[in-house]
Amino acid sequence: MFFFKKKFKLASMIACGILASALFTGCGGGEQGGSSGGDAKPAGDEIVIGANFELTGNHAQYGANANNGLKLAIKEVNDAGGVNGKKIKIVEADAKSEAAESVNAATKLISDDKVVALIGPAVTANVIAESQVATDNGIPVIGPAATNPDVTVENGQVKPYIFRACFIDPQQSEVMAQFAAKDLNAKTAVLYIDSSSDYSKSLGKIFKEKFEADGGKVVMEEAFLAKDQDFKAALTKIQTANADVIFVPAYYEEVGKIIKQARELGITAAILGTDGWDDSKVVDIAGKDALNNTFFCTHYFEGDAEVQGFIKAYKGEYNVEPNVFAALGYDAGKMLINAIERGGDDPKKIRDSIETIKDLPVGTGKITMDAATHNPIKGIVVIETKDGMRELRAKIAPEG
Amino acid sequence: MDFVHQLIQQLINGVSLGSIYALIALGYTMIYGIIKLINFAHGDVYMVGAYIGFAAVTMGGLPILPALLISMVLTACLGMLVERIAYKPLRHAPRISLLITAIGVSFFLEYTSMYFVTPTPRTFPEVMPNISFNLGGFIINGQQLLILSITIILMALLTYIVQKTKLGKAMRAASFDTETAQLMGVDSDKVISMTFCIGSALAAAAGVLVGVYYNTIDPLMGIMPGLKAFVAAVLGGIGILPGAVVGGIVLGVVEALVAGFLSSTFRDAAAFAILILVLLIKPSGLFGKNTNEKV
Repeated sequence: MFFFKKKFKLASMIACGILASALFTGCGGGEQGGSSGGDAKPAGDEIVIGANFELTGNHAQYGANANNGLKLAIKEVNDAGGVNGKKIKIVEADAKSEAAESVNAATKLISDDKVVALIGPAVTANVIAESQVATDNGIPVIGPAATNPDVTVENGQVKPYIFRACFIDPQQSEVMAQFAAKDLNAKTAVLYIDSSSDYSKSLGKIFKEKFEADGGKVVMEEAFLAKDQDFKAALTKIQTANADVIFVPAYYEEVGKIIKQARELGITAAILGTDGWDDSKVVDIAGKDALNNTFFCTHYFEGDAEVQGFIKAYKGEYNVEPNVFAALGYDAGKMLINAIERGGDDPKKIRDSIETIKDLPVGTGKITMDAATHNPIKGIVVIETKDGMRELRAKIAPEG
Repeated sequence: MDFVHQLIQQLINGVSLGSIYALIALGYTMIYGIIKLINFAHGDVYMVGAYIGFAAVTMGGLPILPALLISMVLTACLGMLVERIAYKPLRHAPRISLLITAIGVSFFLEYTSMYFVTPTPRTFPEVMPNISFNLGGFIINGQQLLILSITIILMALLTYIVQKTKLGKAMRAASFDTETAQLMGVDSDKVISMTFCIGSALAAAAGVLVGVYYNTIDPLMGIMPGLKAFVAAVLGGIGILPGAVVGGIVLGVVEALVAGFLSSTFRDAAAFAILILVLLIKPSGLFGKNTNEKV
């Protein structure tokens, strides 16, 4: 018993040590900034912004990538001398892939760290969760990759402090439904949805509406869960439907496996998807041959001249290819920097200047903010994968 | 495709999925059989095994077989270490404390791994040729056949160890009554340590094979398979080795049939409904003897 206690003590000491060191590395600089200023607000030579991302939990791979993109954007501006003579400092908090934790992290960033703006989290549900506390405190939020329409709108009213750096889901589904009907001449489609994700469900719903409005028919709807490994049972069933296209609006890890297993079972139909597919790992998971005859829409095409600068900078910093979350995290950072440049670092003024962003060059192209919806006006690209390489199939210019 | 054809293809899908559950369930059920601990960290040991195998292949440049062996050895050490640090001090504590500790170990492994290897999933390079056989319109995957045969071989080997060898005898004695076994000269601590060693090596084998077959590994990959393997072990009669294999395959087939003929949305519901039904109707499982055991 004595031994046990001693060991337990040791274990808890180690645990505390790990926790403490994590805390210190997380916000080490923040302490200094706060105390040297003596005021509630940090010293005048720094602008503190909050990065509230899913650093652990199920969505950590998205949150961590977006966070890296944001950090790159901030590092670039700081290396170039900062904004209006001030350096920007990021304080990170972990949204832990849960809505409640996202609120906690946002509250902590706003009340303890006195951030002037929040970026993140990556996933729609977590952005929606924090929007109330941010609005109550008058702190602007940019959700880099939250594509659900409800992120910026509530009961038909635009939420004054909430913005995003990406297009919205209905646009994606509409583009893909139209692409299926017009470019691929598809008459029938199967939906294969991740039923654990609102993102996937809402995309599926809108695709069906649009595809059927264009005269097609959705002949079967099947579902899986995120983190599933084996899809063959449902795919065998999908095969019997013999549809022209299969629409899989989901994230790349599952998508890669679905495509691989579908082709193994001999399904040759075109497989369609959305921006969740956008990661070079899809090729590693599914294999080059399996990916032939697959199409997805996303935020940028890596072959475009205007995104080369970002891709090169990201590779230089992290030594890996950026994925779509990294790109959007970077864009959100750029938007915030631009807003601070034009309007100063008061939260209210930042909000006003984000609303008036116009033709701002960001990582994925040019961005203009629609003040009425808080959605940026951005193009969508449709990409086809051929022998493991991406080819631009269509580029839909921004509306409005 | 007609109904019979679809049914047979779904059975093939089910058996191949089930053989993975079975492979993980073997280690689960073995540890339970000896020390009556539901080792919820088993799925995470499986994950660590997959990562060690991955490191050996990508960083060490090894072929799959040596990578598998290295992973089994290192993961076995990890299993023994976990037992020593986390479970051994609680040997005389109420069983619920052990269970809670196991859940703690599970989270510890998941998030420590996430810290070191990052949450991004990794993809195995192609280390095994992936051949699909097309037998009269039915698709069978070569790697799946391999996994199924390895599962059955390991089950036979384990049954042999537990039933026929001296170590097995000691294991069964320690399982029956740890203290009395100790009085008879069985070094219970060593026996339990060996159990974790073998159980974790099995988990590592499963992790590497599954990583190669599905082609991705990530720090949270052990959660769902761990739970499903637990259902499989309970279904077959927890603590009984052949039961784990049969339970795993039955579970896989049920999932495939539900997904194929009812709706894929009900698949997991069906899996866990089985767990509830077994616990209600025959708590000792398909292969279990009815004993009055406190749970």
